[in-house]
Amino acid sequence: MFTFKDIRYRDILDIENLTISPCRTTWIVGESGSGKTTLLKLLNNLLTPDQGELLYKGADMAALDPVQLRREVVMLPQSPLIFPGTIKENLLIGCRFAEKPAPANDLLAAVLAALKLKKDLGGNAAELSGGEKQRLAIGRILLMEPEVFLLDEPTSALDNGTEEMVMQKVVEYGRQNKKTIVIITHSPKMARHFGEALITLHEGKISGVEEVKG
Amino acid sequence: MDGIVEIELWRLAVAYIFLAMLLIITWKLGVGRESEIIISVLRMTLQLFMMGYLLVFVFQTNHLLISLGIFLLMQLFAIRNVYGRVKLKVGARLRRVIVFSLLLGTGIPTFFFLAVVVNVEPWYEARYFIPIAGMLIGNSMTGIALGAERLINGMMVKKEWVEGALMLGATPLQAARDVVNDAFNAAILPTINSMVGMGIIFLPGMMVGQILSGVSPLVAIEYQIAIMLGILGGVSLTVYLLMQFGYKTFFNRRSQLEIYPHP
Repeated sequence: MFTFKDIRYRDILDIENLTISPCRTTWIVGESGSGKTTLLKLLNNLLTPDQGELLYKGADMAALDPVQLRREVVMLPQSPLIFPGTIKENLLIGCRFAEKPAPANDLLAAVLAALKLKKDLGGNAAELSGGEKQRLAIGRILLMEPEVFLLDEPTSALDNGTEEMVMQKVVEYGRQNKKTIVIITHSPKMARHFGEALITLHEGKISGVEEVKG
Repeated sequence: MDGIVEIELWRLAVAYIFLAMLLIITWKLGVGRESEIIISVLRMTLQLFMMGYLLVFVFQTNHLLISLGIFLLMQLFAIRNVYGRVKLKVGARLRRVIVFSLLLGTGIPTFFFLAVVVNVEPWYEARYFIPIAGMLIGNSMTGIALGAERLINGMMVKKEWVEGALMLGATPLQAARDVVNDAFNAAILPTINSMVGMGIIFLPGMMVGQILSGVSPLVAIEYQIAIMLGILGGVSLTVYLLMQFGYKTFFNRRSQLEIYPHP
């Protein structure tokens, strides 16, 4: 899905060779400051490498329309973005940005239920707790149904039990729908438990690529 | 009584008694601002005398190029004033947008106002062109300074939101829309508010001037209403142009956020 060839970004990332395969879940681990978020931002075209070639489905990313690309390769930032308005508006904002038709209320409610978010669609999104906001943000991008999900520590504010449940749902969804998922996590244990591929970053360089059995 | 009572020079000199009064007060209080006060009053006097003689000359010659020259000079001062008033760092691209917005946003309404609303012949008749352009530029200058400050500040404060929207596939305009709308409101609000109290809380300067020079209050209010609408047009067009092109200066060609050159 993505191929890195001699990629450099400032003094944050330096990747000689890396391939992220389609239709599977790839986990990225590494200490803070190792360049994990920068790597996702390169894939989302929020940053452009200073040097090297970054390919998406074999095409040079620099030549693709950045906005169209982001609608296919959606990124979820580390701190969930909650816009002023209702839970429903917040769920739909991704589809609105990406100019996709809005899903029906039934589907919205189903996504909330799947993420164990027992809230009314008309409720005020600002009143949710940190963990609930994070699940709302995950629900928002699931509804967009992009080809690639880039998730930056999507469950950092959740307790262990809920975290595992949400990860299970996301990974399952990816498998069933043949989606490519790249997840940053602080927990190598979780990565090994669910993952199919595991990339370890150390000071901006790849220090390990493993195949793991999910 | 028709026309205006001319102030004789010696009577004008008597008015400086107010300056003397202020100087005595500051001296007694020991505020220590005497030289500043004297300099500012001297500057005011000299500048106005110079402006008076300049305007007499300009009105007599009444030449298109001279009027346009003064128009550009006013723009230049306004642009400098905007750069000075915005306390945040204004990027080079945004500076260009400010110049362009102010020139076009005040130029078009000024021309329209003179040619259509006042219907003066020729449209560049200096006696109308210069004061009207001055009022439009002055008000638009305030609007654009407020708008630019709010725009830069908004993009900095809401950086994460804007970037978060981009991550979801938003276009730069969709991502910046809230910031842009907020800055637009902040920029035009003073103009809208100033109309509310007009004629009740205060009499606008232009109207006072016209009434003092013997114009019927009914004509004076006509001019005042027209000029307020002209100012409204000038401020909205200037600020609209600033927003329409200004937000783009925070993004590069790859639709990536460029608020800080380096993270």
